[in-house]
Amino acid sequence: MNERLGIVVSGSLTKGVEVKLDSSASIEDMVVGRFVTIEGQKRRFFGMINDVSLGVIDQKLTVTPPDTADPFIAEVLAGTSTFGTLHVSPSLVIGGDAIAILEGPQPVKTVPSHFSVVKLATQQDVELVFGTEDEKRFFIGNPLDMEVKLCLDLEEFVKRSNGIFGKSGTGKTFLTRILLIGMLQKSQAVNLVFDMHNEYGWAGTREGGPPVKALKQLFQSRVAVFTLDEENSRHRGVSTDGVVRIGHDEIEPEDIVSLRQTLNLTEPAVEAVYQVHRKFGKNWLQNTLDLKDSEEGRELLKELNIHESTFQNLRRGLATIRRLPFTEPNPPTNAVKAILEHLDRGTNVVLEFGRYRDITAYILVANMLSRRIYTQYQSRMEKATATAKDNLKPRPLVITIEEAHKFLNPEVASQTIFGTIAREMRKYNVTLLVIDQRPSGIDSEVMSQLGTKITCLMDNDRDIDSVLAGVSGRSELKSVLAKLAAKQQALIFGHAVPMPVAFQPREYGSAESYRDFIPGDKAETEKDIEELWE
Amino acid sequence: MVKESKMAEMQRVGEVIEASTTDFVAQCYELYQIPPLGSLVKTGDLNAELYAVVCNAATTSLEPGRRPIARGKDETSEEEIYRSSPQLMKLLKSEFGALVVGHKKDAKLYHHLPPQPARIHSFVYQCTPAEVTEFGQSFDFLNILLNARLTVPTEELVAASLRQMSQAHQDPRVFLVAAGKELAILLSGNLNQLKAILGRIRQ
Ligand SMILES: Nc1ncnc2c1ncn2[C@@H]1O[C@H](COP(=O)(O)OP(=O)(O)OP(=O)(O)O)[C@@H](O)[C@H]1O
Ligand SMILES: [Mg+2]
Repeated sequence: MNERLGIVVSGSLTKGVEVKLDSSASIEDMVVGRFVTIEGQKRRFFGMINDVSLGVIDQKLTVTPPDTADPFIAEVLAGTSTFGTLHVSPSLVIGGDAIAILEGPQPVKTVPSHFSVVKLATQQDVELVFGTEDEKRFFIGNPLDMEVKLCLDLEEFVKRSNGIFGKSGTGKTFLTRILLIGMLQKSQAVNLVFDMHNEYGWAGTREGGPPVKALKQLFQSRVAVFTLDEENSRHRGVSTDGVVRIGHDEIEPEDIVSLRQTLNLTEPAVEAVYQVHRKFGKNWLQNTLDLKDSEEGRELLKELNIHESTFQNLRRGLATIRRLPFTEPNPPTNAVKAILEHLDRGTNVVLEFGRYRDITAYILVANMLSRRIYTQYQSRMEKATATAKDNLKPRPLVITIEEAHKFLNPEVASQTIFGTIAREMRKYNVTLLVIDQRPSGIDSEVMSQLGTKITCLMDNDRDIDSVLAGVSGRSELKSVLAKLAAKQQALIFGHAVPMPVAFQPREYGSAESYRDFIPGDKAETEKDIEELWE
Repeated sequence: MVKESKMAEMQRVGEVIEASTTDFVAQCYELYQIPPLGSLVKTGDLNAELYAVVCNAATTSLEPGRRPIARGKDETSEEEIYRSSPQLMKLLKSEFGALVVGHKKDAKLYHHLPPQPARIHSFVYQCTPAEVTEFGQSFDFLNILLNARLTVPTEELVAASLRQMSQAHQDPRVFLVAAGKELAILLSGNLNQLKAILGRIRQ
């Protein structure tokens, strides 16, 4: 399908070009977000439709509209006296000579000449720009209104922290599952998913349908499911690879910082945490809670210069933590060690939260585990760099967190581990995949560090602005973003894609889709995977 | 050869009696045998063929200054008048004016004015459907029609010529829509005229 749409009639590099629609092309078929090409005299441009408008040659027509009930008159006027215009922003260009073709598409530095023909992009165009499925490119969906595979270079993708956004129910979780499968297959990175709603490990929910399979069911030998709530996981028929218990002595003051809002702690209370930590050391939490309301206790507070009300505020908060069923004074296993062992082997880890879906539990656990894993990565990377031994470098790790604004809001982003990871790019081989429905709540600096952003429909202006901040062609992308379908449509832009493109994520959840995700037949896949271990 | 000239003979409608660069007047061989308003006619010699659109017509007394008088008071029908006074046919003449819209030279069709006007006494033929179709492939002649000073309203003539031409096309509607689009562009500054014409050619 290489349909001619119209011709370029005006425009500029900064604002994009205006295209007068041919009368044979119906304006109603021209959806925003569609991928198009412009055949300039010497070069071909690639871009996206980001606005559609109606024009009349004579304003009188709008005052005294012709008798359009007459199909003859309507047909005559369409495309002549009345016409459609498209606004297209070209983002890439490819020259006509052999060298240019070898170099592939480049960012645009000019505009196509007057009356250049605009066409719908073809399969070859999509493949030229985004590549075809190969050992590092993964089929993530189809460009809007096209039956062509859109591929994402996942090796490139995992080099930076990335974000998936969209309002509730737009398909973030489904998209994330697709990307996790992609990373598992096409990149060297290993994933650690903090699975708040138990959607990624064994099975996920689907609106108005039976549950969908999740990672472990599809890639048994490459995925380990850990749980915070063994009973609940068993109840759901999930075969788990480990249970995570958090020792009270494993919780550190930094963990409390990010819980400030959820635990309702005052500023002084957070400061007091550091003081009691200095005083009691490792067992600070236990000791603080055990502190009696006695002369001795009061003395101590006085010594530490902690006000009584501050202390009560802190106690209430810490008591909430101690009540979390997965925390205990002396857990039998070391969760961090067990998870790291899996990650080192290249096994992807999903940590289910079971019934403990409240945000306190999620923030606490994700922070605590990530910080400790990150510390390990940090020291190993430093060792590898110091000794110049690349093989000592840990496998690249991608940590997936939901409700990212709880970790990365401006108030805590500078103090928590996730803020650090986002800012440091991949210095220590750890990056984030943040999923959020309220990106405006995320610190703008963190947002600007995200390499590739994939966003489903959003209707809050502040959220849209925060996702598009600092992106060139923002207003054009905004109009595309605002018009995405309510489900299963997204816009991807940034580091890992040559140009922004709106797409429909591939179908997830049918037997056929599972088959497509697993290359080769089942037995063969298992065999391939076995071979990977050697 | 013989057959061809006979074909031509059949479509012959008259003879040029007055000519200028932009138009000519032809007298019909038969009284009232006037080609329809807006239809395409041609004239010319071996050198060049002129194409023209019939833009007006009149039937008048042969002798200038002598007006016919009413004769039917005692007759029962119009035919009766002519039957009882056969000389009438000799006293009247039919003429039509045609606006030159193009020419053909060395088998190539041009949609603009020829270098020379038609010659007096050159024969005028009604164009065949094939010729009309060929001529109608370009709408450049519309511009000539729209800009000509005419005795009939421009809208009437343009509409009549398009209606006539459409009859020669396999799908008259497709032809008229295409012509309409051309007009919409030519008349982008004159919406009322555009509407008037479209109203007269609508299908
Ligand atoms: N790629 C897809 N294939 C099949 N169905 C999809 C896909 N994407 C979205 N859906 C449909 O949309 C529904 C909502 O998707 P999903 O659960 O991923 O939304 P979400 O953005 O994660 O919502 P929330 O913010 O509430 O977590 C799914 O239950 C499913 O029915
Ligand atoms: Mg979700």
